[in-house]
Amino acid sequence: MTASASLKLPVPTGVSDRLKRKLSRNLKERVIESILFAAAAFSVFVTIAIVWVLVKESWAFFEHVPVTDFLFDTQWTPLFDDAHYGIMVLLSGTLTSSGVALVVAIPLGTIIAIYLSEFAGFKLREIAKPFLELLGGVPTIVYGYFALTFLTPILQKIYPDLPGFNLLSAGLVMGVMIIPYVASLSEDAMRAVPMSLREGSYAMGATRLQTALWVVTPAATSGIASAYILGISRAVGETMILAVAAGMQPNLTFNPAEPGATITSYIVQVALGDLPHGSIGYQTIFAAGLTLLLMTLAFNLLGYWLRKRFREVY
Amino acid sequence: MQIQTGLEAGVEGTVLKAEVRDLDFHYGAFHALKRVSMPIYDRRVTALIGPSGCGKSTLLRCFNRMHDLYPGNRYSGGGIVFHPDNTNLLAPEVDPIEVRMRISMVFQKPNPFPKSIYENVAYSLRVRGMRNKNELDDRVESALKGAALWNEVSDRLKELGANLSGGQQQRLCIARALASDPEIILFDEPTSALDPIATASIEELVTELKEKVTILIVTHNMQQAARISDYTAYMYLGEMVEFGVTDQIFIKPTKKATEDYITGRFG
Amino acid sequence: MLKAADLGAIRAIITRAKRWDLFFAVLGLLSLMVGVLTFTVLFLDMAIQGVPRLSLDFFTNFPSRRAENAGILSAWVGTILVMLVTALAAVPLGVAAGVYLEEYAPKNWITDIIEINISNLAGIPSIVYGLLALGLFVYYFGFGQSILSAGLTLALLILPVIIVATRESIRAIPQSIHEGSYACGATTWQTVSDHILPYSSAGILTGVIIGMARAIGETAPIITIGALTFIAFLPPMPFAGDPAAGMFEWIFAPFTVMPIQMFNWTSRPEAAFTVNAAAAGFVLVFMTLAMNGLAIYLRYHLRKNIKW
Repeated sequence: MTASASLKLPVPTGVSDRLKRKLSRNLKERVIESILFAAAAFSVFVTIAIVWVLVKESWAFFEHVPVTDFLFDTQWTPLFDDAHYGIMVLLSGTLTSSGVALVVAIPLGTIIAIYLSEFAGFKLREIAKPFLELLGGVPTIVYGYFALTFLTPILQKIYPDLPGFNLLSAGLVMGVMIIPYVASLSEDAMRAVPMSLREGSYAMGATRLQTALWVVTPAATSGIASAYILGISRAVGETMILAVAAGMQPNLTFNPAEPGATITSYIVQVALGDLPHGSIGYQTIFAAGLTLLLMTLAFNLLGYWLRKRFREVY
Repeated sequence: MQIQTGLEAGVEGTVLKAEVRDLDFHYGAFHALKRVSMPIYDRRVTALIGPSGCGKSTLLRCFNRMHDLYPGNRYSGGGIVFHPDNTNLLAPEVDPIEVRMRISMVFQKPNPFPKSIYENVAYSLRVRGMRNKNELDDRVESALKGAALWNEVSDRLKELGANLSGGQQQRLCIARALASDPEIILFDEPTSALDPIATASIEELVTELKEKVTILIVTHNMQQAARISDYTAYMYLGEMVEFGVTDQIFIKPTKKATEDYITGRFG
Repeated sequence: MLKAADLGAIRAIITRAKRWDLFFAVLGLLSLMVGVLTFTVLFLDMAIQGVPRLSLDFFTNFPSRRAENAGILSAWVGTILVMLVTALAAVPLGVAAGVYLEEYAPKNWITDIIEINISNLAGIPSIVYGLLALGLFVYYFGFGQSILSAGLTLALLILPVIIVATRESIRAIPQSIHEGSYACGATTWQTVSDHILPYSSAGILTGVIIGMARAIGETAPIITIGALTFIAFLPPMPFAGDPAAGMFEWIFAPFTVMPIQMFNWTSRPEAAFTVNAAAAGFVLVFMTLAMNGLAIYLRYHLRKNIKW
């Protein structure tokens, strides 16, 4: 047989039995793939379910309460005879406590990140990172207990007028709780900055601090911004520290030295009592939850946009 | 014995194992193989040489349908006819799994599974559903013997494959490829990650293996191609420049481009 | 040539820069100490208050109106049972989803939606999961305020953690191992079950432990589904009691868990209950620390032993 003859032939179209696709094997693979796909798609179902439940119950709520009242009323007394539904009241508690927390967590978290990434030796980093992780793993109820029984009494020694429940103590402890998230993610972003950039800076005679502030931090902006946004959305969504240490009285205030309810702690308060399913009081927690979801969604989108906008190209 | 040149290079007594016919291949929009044709002779060593990016590995990976694993790859014309089935390996109705059971592959860097030496070799039998312990033992032993590794590992089959030296790992991968009695073994630069001594042992093994199996080998190293192959194909920019008997390609290439590459004036 | 005066000025600048550098190094160490110190104080404060309360009785008694008789029996049993449901639901689902996204998913908009969706889920506050569970599990599916509802809620909560951990440990397996398996004639599922899952199992386990440690401490979503805080009985044992309980009756039983028990005691004004809260908190922190510590150890060990 010579090659020259056969090479002029067209490619055969028949397929031998041995090489044909095997139906049973194909079928089995398809079934498995479908099951795995269903598992992955399940997460989409969870999101749909969250939106569906919140919107359904909130819809019922907004049939009783005009949206304008919800947004602009300055009282939140859904369980009183003279019911008011001003979400601003809860929002003020959420914003105040989150503000206090972020004032603690963002500077400290950033400094720790810079320190670990640019100053600390290998040994210290290897110990500090897991330790920060442990700090982030402590249940928040324990932080709440700590704020109420340890920090508040100390703060009361400094400011005797401070009430036993206050947003300040809760916010400060919440800040410490958030430090690991901010520090860890920012540090990851800084470590991803290539060594060559740092070497360029050091070669100019810059110190570690100058390199960190002028070269590394700007290069890691989007990662650091996502870390901040994660910190903010943790603060806004945090529940137990506030439920335990900030009191649960709705209070339209931006003064951290007062007690106050947040969106989250209000939900806990209602859930602790037994409100009948389908009552307006029951529906309020879904309206509050929807507000919370929209806020965190906005932060997520902002983070997504920031990552796209300031994506580092090394 | 009259030895013909170029594509007509059929040696008396040789049988065609496969033919590449006018093969086109695309990575997305990139035209990686352009109307490539070449014969593969049964129980002979065929080497693919050419500068980096010439498409030699791409062509090799068509034979066992490795390209099917990644999206965007397209067999866009022609085919590879496999004998004696007389079937185009690239036809959509052909099951890549069946192809890979008959055409096995050894990679550039040794890639033993993080399993025992025994399980590494037995794996290509297990995927075919072989469960019989005695049969597995026999086949593993003969594959390891075929890969000239048996004497070194017979007393430590339970150890991890990663504990072997680089050359031994590559021979383990050859044993894995041999275990299922393939008809063709594809070698993708099998010695590029090895030291000269390990390289020599792999080369020797390849020469022995051609008694039983057809071998297609991609290599960077022209001396290696000259040492071990019966036929050599020179590729450049996705095209088949010249195919012929190895001695002829290296001593008296018909094309100027081949001569330039081989003499080191280019590439 | 630099003039002497210039040289002096430059030296002054360098000295100043070095001083700032040192200042920041100290500041960084101090900031780190804030975290370390807070944790140490928190842990010691709770240990000093709570540890004397930790007797065998504390673990074998039900909660009680009298602080000195109260214990955490129903709480730790509840926690274990809820965690069992959580693990059984979240681990197969999360691992399957992770495997699909890494090994099967084509590059198209459906995959994009799933991926964006998972990272979004990870950012949703836990209390929102509580509301979902209240509306869906408790009322719509009629599971009531049961171990099943709580376990499924926490499973949804930690699903993103497990999916991400699965994907990361699969991604750590080199492509050459995939190709080696396919080149032997393995199907996708054979490649996954014979190679991908075994080689990534330690990484997945780490993620599961971290997820479970998070679930064990979660309080808000469990309160939201309306779990009772005063439970002086245990869920029915399978095939025990009269009439004999069914195999799965316990999953529909009311329950309490450790963090809820702690919350209950924390919100009582009497000092004796605060001590109970400290003791429960100590046990809880110990549990989560042990789990996280195990995960960190596993990961560290894994990084050292990996060899491809």
